[in-house]
Amino acid sequence: MQEKDEKDTLVLGGKEFHSRFILGSGKYSLQLIEAAVRDAGAEIVTLAVRRAQTKEHENILSYIPEGVTLLPNTSGARDAHEAVRIAHLARELCGSNFVKIEIMRDTKYLLPDNAETIRATEILAKEGFVVLPYMYPDLNVGRDLVSAGAAAVMPLAAPIGSNRGLATRDFIQMLIDELDLPVIVDAGIGKPSQACEAMEMGAAAVMANTALATAGNLTMMASAFRQAIDAGRKAYLSGLGRVLVRGAASSDPLTGFLRD
Amino acid sequence: MLKINGQETDAAGKSISEYLSSANYEPRQIVVEINEEIIAKERYGETILKDGDVVEIISFMGGG
Amino acid sequence: MDRKYQLENDPSSRINHMEYLPDMEVIESDICDKVLEEMNSYDASRYTARDVRNALSHENCSIEDVKALLSPAAEPFLEEMAQRAQRETSRHFGNTVYIFTPLYIDNHCENYCVYCGFNRYNKIRRLKLNMEEIEHEMDVIARSGMEEILLLTGESRGSSSIRYIGEACRLAAKYFRMVGLEVYPVNTEDYRYFHECGADYVTVFQETYNSDRYEELHLDGRKRIWPYRFHTQERALMAGMRGVGFSALLGLSDFRRDALATALHVYYLQRKYPRAEMSLSCPRIRPIVGGTDLCYEKVSERQLCQILCAYRIFLPFAGITVSSRESSAFRNGIVRIAATKVSAGVSTGIGDHAEKYGEECGECKEGDEQFEINDTRSLDTMYNDIRGAGLQPVLNDYVSL
Repeated sequence: MQEKDEKDTLVLGGKEFHSRFILGSGKYSLQLIEAAVRDAGAEIVTLAVRRAQTKEHENILSYIPEGVTLLPNTSGARDAHEAVRIAHLARELCGSNFVKIEIMRDTKYLLPDNAETIRATEILAKEGFVVLPYMYPDLNVGRDLVSAGAAAVMPLAAPIGSNRGLATRDFIQMLIDELDLPVIVDAGIGKPSQACEAMEMGAAAVMANTALATAGNLTMMASAFRQAIDAGRKAYLSGLGRVLVRGAASSDPLTGFLRD
Repeated sequence: MLKINGQETDAAGKSISEYLSSANYEPRQIVVEINEEIIAKERYGETILKDGDVVEIISFMGGG
Repeated sequence: MDRKYQLENDPSSRINHMEYLPDMEVIESDICDKVLEEMNSYDASRYTARDVRNALSHENCSIEDVKALLSPAAEPFLEEMAQRAQRETSRHFGNTVYIFTPLYIDNHCENYCVYCGFNRYNKIRRLKLNMEEIEHEMDVIARSGMEEILLLTGESRGSSSIRYIGEACRLAAKYFRMVGLEVYPVNTEDYRYFHECGADYVTVFQETYNSDRYEELHLDGRKRIWPYRFHTQERALMAGMRGVGFSALLGLSDFRRDALATALHVYYLQRKYPRAEMSLSCPRIRPIVGGTDLCYEKVSERQLCQILCAYRIFLPFAGITVSSRESSAFRNGIVRIAATKVSAGVSTGIGDHAEKYGEECGECKEGDEQFEINDTRSLDTMYNDIRGAGLQPVLNDYVSL
């Protein structure tokens, strides 16, 4: 009975996207980016901001196809102040007001600092950024991020780069069920089947990087992810069918007392 | 002495433009921040580096 | 009586039920639009057995799912719904059932609601307890072991002033651990005052979410203003109340739509105020003292049970209260499935607790009741009946700090 959206688009900061696959550009050679974007069908690509190298005139921006929305991240930031600074630098570099907030105080597990992330989100949203905060999936934090003005939330499925899949599944489901914002599953997605499952759960999009960068054939994997994400999205929109529940119903009827 | 990208550098007195070309940076790909303030590209010629400045020269790279 | 006749027969003699009176606070909220949009587009006949089976198998019940569960297509699945509802209830509440008692302190009313025994044209004995009498009633109730009380008044600002209700709350806070209010809707500043006086729960029934039908039934008085009533729970939460209660009076209008709207009212407010406790009631319209024959929709026990199961499956966290208008057999059955709260030692009359709790009354004064009670069990009987059903009766829910 679900109403189907004829043109199923993802809206972030007032901008419409048809692809629900956000592609990372880290850990692989610049020469592969264009093919990866093409085979992934991606319309959003993430980038990092770093101290510039001298004598290196290769510019990553020239490898990213026209029309793709750049989503700079604030990786390297250890608190809200640094994240805000990095966001400003990124905007100056590319002119895009999209930013993925990534604040980590932990170099072993690379877990996001939720409290600082809320602070940075509030500051940047007020300045007019389209803020996509990377977060540990905590419902209360999710609500705070909504109030802070986030355009979406990006909960981690598992630690960054771990390829371990939906370790936080139940908590991501809460965000999907309770927040009136797109939930983009980020980090830890290692296989297309996991991306598909996230989409079946109702995620608005999936972000992947390491899973592709470490694959035997990067562009083929990009295409596999694209198909898995499409399939999961369609399954979600079509309304999942019945799963038979284990265990027989109680033999003692509960409704025997009703008179009419 | 001033700090550029974390390194003590003897560049006081040079303009940003002069420093960038001497160090072989490509100005179109970078953004320059002095003491946490972003410098607009059109001011690279007139902005002179001073002793004690903390300068960051930033560009994009691949990331997730 | 001329005015009564005019109100009943000449719609133009009634005030605009969608327009706030000057002293009524307007809050900014999108909840009403969301609820009405879903309710108005709800066509219960479109749902099939397949939709119901799917809904029952989903771990999280969506809005589409609850629409299926409230539809006629779900009627053959009542036992399955009850089994599922029971699982949800025990997952969230264990086997506990809360017991509370209502205390009517004033039955004066300025409204003319055609189905209500307290309406201002109804010739009943009117009574307002003074503080001494209220304290006496509370003392009697508290000595019976009750720890939660619900204070009720008719809707008369002239008779039950804000100060009067506030003072009653202060008294109640001395005798009880939890104090709920079911009085006429007020502005946030008044809710803040009630909260300071010790009240922490506000219940207001919307009666029907169909504002056209509401207009035909609530002919005069402040209650006639439909949107002000709709936003009551949100004002109470904005003022810091711990929880709020909701209800439609089933049978006044299309009961499936009203049940859906009630559930969604809870659903959307809970999303906006995740801290708040939410509870639902589900009274069916019953005959009143001096009542006239109006065309109401009949809601059977099976249909009522279906609604309660749908509420439970869709809103597993919400408290569900079953009215004493229902029979003791129904209440015994439904606490095993979905209900978490029952009233005991109930009287909707005024000033008769002393008598009900076994005190010699003699000449003591009493006001008439709002509606007929079906289940008249005392606290002790209720307590023992709940225990007998293998459930744990509980007299209060939290520590008020």
